[in-house]
Amino acid sequence: MADIRSNFLGIKSPNPFWLASAPPTDKAYNVERAFKAGWGGVVWKTLGEEGPPVVNVNGPRYGAVWGADRRLLGFNNIELITDRDLFVNLTEIKQVKRNWPDRALVVSLMVPCQEEAWKAILPLVEETGADGIELNFGCPHGMSERGMGSAVGQVPEYVEMVVRWCKQNTRMPVITKLTPNVTDIRNPARAAFAGGTDAVSLINTINSITGVNLDTFAPEPTIDGKGTHGGYCGPAVKPIALHMVAEIARDPETRGLSISGIGGITTWRDAAEFLALGAGNVQVCTAAMTYGFKVVQEMIEGLKSWMDEKGHATLDDVIGRAVPNIADWQYLNLNYATKARINQDLCIKCGRCHIACEDTSHQAITSMVNGVRRFEVIEEECVGCNLCVNICPVENCITMVPLAAGEVDRRTGQVVLGDYANWTTHPNNPMKIAAE
Amino acid sequence: MAQSRYEDGIVAGRLSPDVYAQNFSDLHPPLDMHEARVAADRCYFCYDAPCMQACPTAIDIPLFIRQISTGNPLGAAKTIFDQNIFGGMCARVCPTETLCEEACVREYAEGKPVQIGLLQRYATDAAMGQGQQFFTRAAPTGKKIAVIGAGPAGLACAHRLAMHGHEVIVYEVRPRSGGLNEYGIAAYKSPGGFAQAEVDYILSIGGITVEHGKALGRDFTLAGLAAGYDAVFLAMGLAGVNALRAEGEEAEGVENAVDYIATLRQADDLSRLPIGRRVVVIGGGMTAIDIAVQARLLGAEEVTICYRRGREHMNASEWEQELAAAKGVVIRHWLQPKRVIVEGSCAAGIEMEYTAMVDGRLIGTGETLTLKADQVFKAIGQGFEPTVLNGSGEAIVLESGRIRVDAEGRTSMPKVWAGGDCVLGGDDLTVSAVAQGRDAAESIHRVLTG
Repeated sequence: MADIRSNFLGIKSPNPFWLASAPPTDKAYNVERAFKAGWGGVVWKTLGEEGPPVVNVNGPRYGAVWGADRRLLGFNNIELITDRDLFVNLTEIKQVKRNWPDRALVVSLMVPCQEEAWKAILPLVEETGADGIELNFGCPHGMSERGMGSAVGQVPEYVEMVVRWCKQNTRMPVITKLTPNVTDIRNPARAAFAGGTDAVSLINTINSITGVNLDTFAPEPTIDGKGTHGGYCGPAVKPIALHMVAEIARDPETRGLSISGIGGITTWRDAAEFLALGAGNVQVCTAAMTYGFKVVQEMIEGLKSWMDEKGHATLDDVIGRAVPNIADWQYLNLNYATKARINQDLCIKCGRCHIACEDTSHQAITSMVNGVRRFEVIEEECVGCNLCVNICPVENCITMVPLAAGEVDRRTGQVVLGDYANWTTHPNNPMKIAAE
Repeated sequence: MAQSRYEDGIVAGRLSPDVYAQNFSDLHPPLDMHEARVAADRCYFCYDAPCMQACPTAIDIPLFIRQISTGNPLGAAKTIFDQNIFGGMCARVCPTETLCEEACVREYAEGKPVQIGLLQRYATDAAMGQGQQFFTRAAPTGKKIAVIGAGPAGLACAHRLAMHGHEVIVYEVRPRSGGLNEYGIAAYKSPGGFAQAEVDYILSIGGITVEHGKALGRDFTLAGLAAGYDAVFLAMGLAGVNALRAEGEEAEGVENAVDYIATLRQADDLSRLPIGRRVVVIGGGMTAIDIAVQARLLGAEEVTICYRRGREHMNASEWEQELAAAKGVVIRHWLQPKRVIVEGSCAAGIEMEYTAMVDGRLIGTGETLTLKADQVFKAIGQGFEPTVLNGSGEAIVLESGRIRVDAEGRTSMPKVWAGGDCVLGGDDLTVSAVAQGRDAAESIHRVLTG
């Protein structure tokens, strides 16, 4: 059986599945239930500085985007950091860590951008015996208006500065949680790296409005007729998160920086994809908020069976394995040609491949052959774009078949060369690298 | 338990009063909004959709289902009614399992089609429930058209003609409009007075007058109509019932299934409708299933359908056969009626002869079987009764006993169109009658305004 024990920055947990800093980790009650259910660790919901706690709205905090059968696809929130007293939280953290020594317990923090504020809170957290801290530079609503959260994460200089203060004032490992609401995620990651962070975690939530009520003309979620942007998360954000994780994982400037992957992880497969793109562990929130803590059982067992099936003994056999395969567009092999192939035995004749190709692409799929409803690829027109594969309702009915070297691409009339050639040397490229 | 439950003979009140309401409630409960959204989501929005091609009225099924899925049931209803103004009834009575749902690619892929019929009902119920009208009359053209028969073909034609601004007089022999929707469809397929509600919904476009109690060949002649109107549309359905050609057919207790169903549909109190203890139904079509199932629902203890050919030859769809079986009806094949056994003046049983196919011909084998029966229903098809035409002036060309029409519904007689069950080439379906009525209206409109 695969060993999925995790060691992230020296923080050990029985599996790589942590609950992200969010409503499910706001209280000892919830966190203990999570540990009982099998979660490997938690990042305790963000603590603020000593004093009167923040207040939350008393109307709806969450908005959602649904698929068929009201399956939750996307989710957003306008909740702030913990609205419980700092010392109540600290007491509970200490007790929970004592009760569950084998689980990871990291504490999320957000205090004003002043060194004194960080110096004040760090020893309090250290005293609880927590395994580490996560700097919340990500929350895009509410706290950012007060100069915290994503307001810090969007300014690399602030990121670097605060990380440095923390590294100088605590022995605990520091994880810097990044906001995706930036143009290039590598900039805040490099800044955190420069400040000495032990890891980055990403993504935090994305600025969003989940919908507009067309009766009241108010954005959702609506508080007394008004709404504000919230942080988007859930399955819909996974592709964005994967990309950002990958960009950091392959950035030479931050080589070796540990990554905790976050963003729409709902199943073992999602988690495995983050690990493959370089995440050392993963954090989950929306899946738990949708289905309860039991979902982790599927994640644990699913990850193990996949690893067993593929012969991966430990997480280290998986982490980062896909990183070398992420390339810039200009390095993709232009000599690689594929053609769609429709399996007529699997085809149910819905015709969507035809109409998608006919209306919006390359007119490369028939609708009639010899007077009979039949969908076939016209190789002379097929550019191998994969649209038909993606919109076909039947799995594996349409596949992309690579042309072998020596075959003629019937669209271009050119013989497929077996070698590799990319845009950097292509004759049409005005910036092409001259042949030596 | 009702006292007469096991009483021999044809008696009323075999069940407790509350059981009737239960038995004759909706066969398929309608979808609620969430169910409709989930069902709609299964539609693939096929290109040149096979379901649409299979629909005799060519409703744009993928479009209306998509409209349901986006929370626009009224838009969906408009899409349906554009092609089929009887979309509400068709949603209830169409044999979707042999039409749109059979053609559905998901039926092909996984044996579970999109629930097109129930989705159509969801949309049309939404519109009709709100009294939402989508069609208005064009400016009056001054043309007057006579329609014979207020069934699906006649009213579909009348509605389309009214849309085009023509004035329509519909002559209907029965006291109510709707044709088989009102008098023929099994009660559990159209409960709650839906047939009349639909007629009212259709007629509310205006410009259509229905005159009841008026029969062609009795109250007026075809020649007279042709002379007095700009066009005539014949949609009088089938008035004749085929005979058993078996000895004792005249005995009390031997009845036409269609007549009994008409009585049942018009009954105010089903507990007062007499039904046999042991019922035999002769036939293999939808009417046979409808009468057999309803006999069971009225409390008949034993109901047996006897069909002279095999299961695969039955006109009733497999789904209908399964429905009958689920309701406790026994279906027996390869049996033809030989003699009604009469005691006194009443039927007491029926002697059936086994049949077989020999060299492509159906023959009696000589071996017989006797079934006890205090009621025998004939459901062996109906025929067109042509005397109403021949008695009314210029003869119209018939073929195989029905009116011959061209692709647009024109008969051999100038100014006269025909559609529905009385024409040759139909499949005796409500939806086909609607298509023929609609298309004949368009043809009439072209001729009158061309």
